[in-house]
Amino acid sequence: MEKQSVFHSRLLPWLLLAPQLVVILVFFYWPAVQAVWQSFLLQDAFGLSTSFVALENYADLLTQDEYREAVLRTFAFSAAIAGLSLSAALLLAVMADKPLRGGAIYRTLLIWPYAVAPAVAGVLWLFMLHPSLGVLSRGLRALGIDWNPLLNGDQAVALVVLAAAWKQISYNFLFFLAGLQAIPRSVMEAAAIDGARPMRRFWTVTFPLLTPTVFFLLVVNIVYAFFDTFGVIDAMTGGGPAKATETLVYKVYLDGLLGNNLGSSAAQSVILMAIVIALTAIQFRYVERRVTY
Amino acid sequence: MVEQVGIRRLVAHLVLWIGIAIVAFPVYLAIVASTQDNAAIANGQMSLLPGSHFIDNYARTLFVGTKGSTREPVGHMLFNSLVMAMAIALGKIAISILSAYAVVYFRFAFRKAVFWLVFITLMLPVEVRIYPTYKIAADLNLLDSYAGLTLPLIASATATLLFRQFFMTVPDELVEASRIDGAGPLRFFWDTLLPLSRTSMAALFVILFIYGWNQFLWPLLITTRDDMQTVVIGIRKMITTQDALTEWPLVMATAVLAMLPPVVVVVVMQKLFVRGLVESEK
Repeated sequence: MEKQSVFHSRLLPWLLLAPQLVVILVFFYWPAVQAVWQSFLLQDAFGLSTSFVALENYADLLTQDEYREAVLRTFAFSAAIAGLSLSAALLLAVMADKPLRGGAIYRTLLIWPYAVAPAVAGVLWLFMLHPSLGVLSRGLRALGIDWNPLLNGDQAVALVVLAAAWKQISYNFLFFLAGLQAIPRSVMEAAAIDGARPMRRFWTVTFPLLTPTVFFLLVVNIVYAFFDTFGVIDAMTGGGPAKATETLVYKVYLDGLLGNNLGSSAAQSVILMAIVIALTAIQFRYVERRVTY
Repeated sequence: MVEQVGIRRLVAHLVLWIGIAIVAFPVYLAIVASTQDNAAIANGQMSLLPGSHFIDNYARTLFVGTKGSTREPVGHMLFNSLVMAMAIALGKIAISILSAYAVVYFRFAFRKAVFWLVFITLMLPVEVRIYPTYKIAADLNLLDSYAGLTLPLIASATATLLFRQFFMTVPDELVEASRIDGAGPLRFFWDTLLPLSRTSMAALFVILFIYGWNQFLWPLLITTRDDMQTVVIGIRKMITTQDALTEWPLVMATAVLAMLPPVVVVVVMQKLFVRGLVESEK
């Protein structure tokens, strides 16, 4: 894909590129390089001297139980958020794909949560399920559940997962709906004429045709669960209780905030960068076919 | 067979309405809570119907702020959020459309390398390189400034790729035609390409405005002064650990105010929003 017809100028293209290049060099490449460089350094406890320690920071991290737990926790979080949000969105999209009266209204009423900030989503759910004044907490207590996400780690995780998944439903819904609408009607009709039941039709015909969309959304949701949930976690639990909701990104933030171990914080950042690059590469590798409206 | 179809449609309607109810409930609750007084909420006996403190609560939220924690009127926070969202959206669009134009319509040394340099920035969200970026912003004296709030978030290539794809679909005859008219590269860009890019720009603007408005981690680090806070940060700071001090009706009023602009943008510009979302993910 190249243009046949182009302009010729030596200086002009560089002038056009200058603003973007300056911004990404100063605010993207320079910090990224610094993060990598710092991850090879070790500061002493008073921050007076630094020494080059090569991969020691990484080795320390990977042998720490605490860090390994955070890695596992983050993956579990991502799986829970992606699973919950994707399945709810798929169900709604399949229903909305039917020729219903008021389909456009349904779509409008389901896509607006996309615009709610993760931190705000966190506050809304915290209020709803707050141990002492939450409206839903009353119901849970009536069921005999000792509901206190501020003290109980598992409940705190559930709370964060719910809020994060809630916010992501609209995004997944839109892409699923687009994917469903791209499936030719004739294929569905052929399956119906063959006498396949609706449920069976869905799993044998529709779902396989949706796999590119499913796969693409899976990657997007994992990236979302890794990074965008920062606001949800900070507003709801601050990583607590007892680190139960401390994901990798939140850990980078906390470790750097305390400022006592820049080398370790930088090494964590670099590991995260590697994870994102891997995920993005997977996405570009396997997901070229994209839905179109 | 016919009855079955009827029942299936009924089920579909039902499932959708239940879904909508679940999605909307937390927000309904926030709206209700923002119209009640402190005591009603604090004792855990909040009613599920709107109370009578609507005007009182919103006036206090907008012009006074909470007593205990932030002490900054939310009206001012909304202004900060607006400046940040607009600067990020417009800034990204402006620098991206220029660089996409250079990459598509010119041949120059290192063109491929430059493209890759820009392309790689797609992969790393600001959350990953947060402290080094913070240090640079501090060294450049950008803490507590609008430039510091926005510039690091402008530094990525989403929009550049989108414009590049769009320019590829513009027929070459247009360049030839404007050449015959004696137009140079800048004139062609201004008179032909920009008008054609209007829809793409608008769709991107919707997406980027929401992205900017909802930023959390970066503004949290870069602002230390109360008067530079954005509204999303403001809510977070209103919730104090001692429950007794959190003024929930005002927190919820702030949450409603923080949601309003981006939600209105999505609903009113739905077509553009969907287009922008789908295209920027390609």
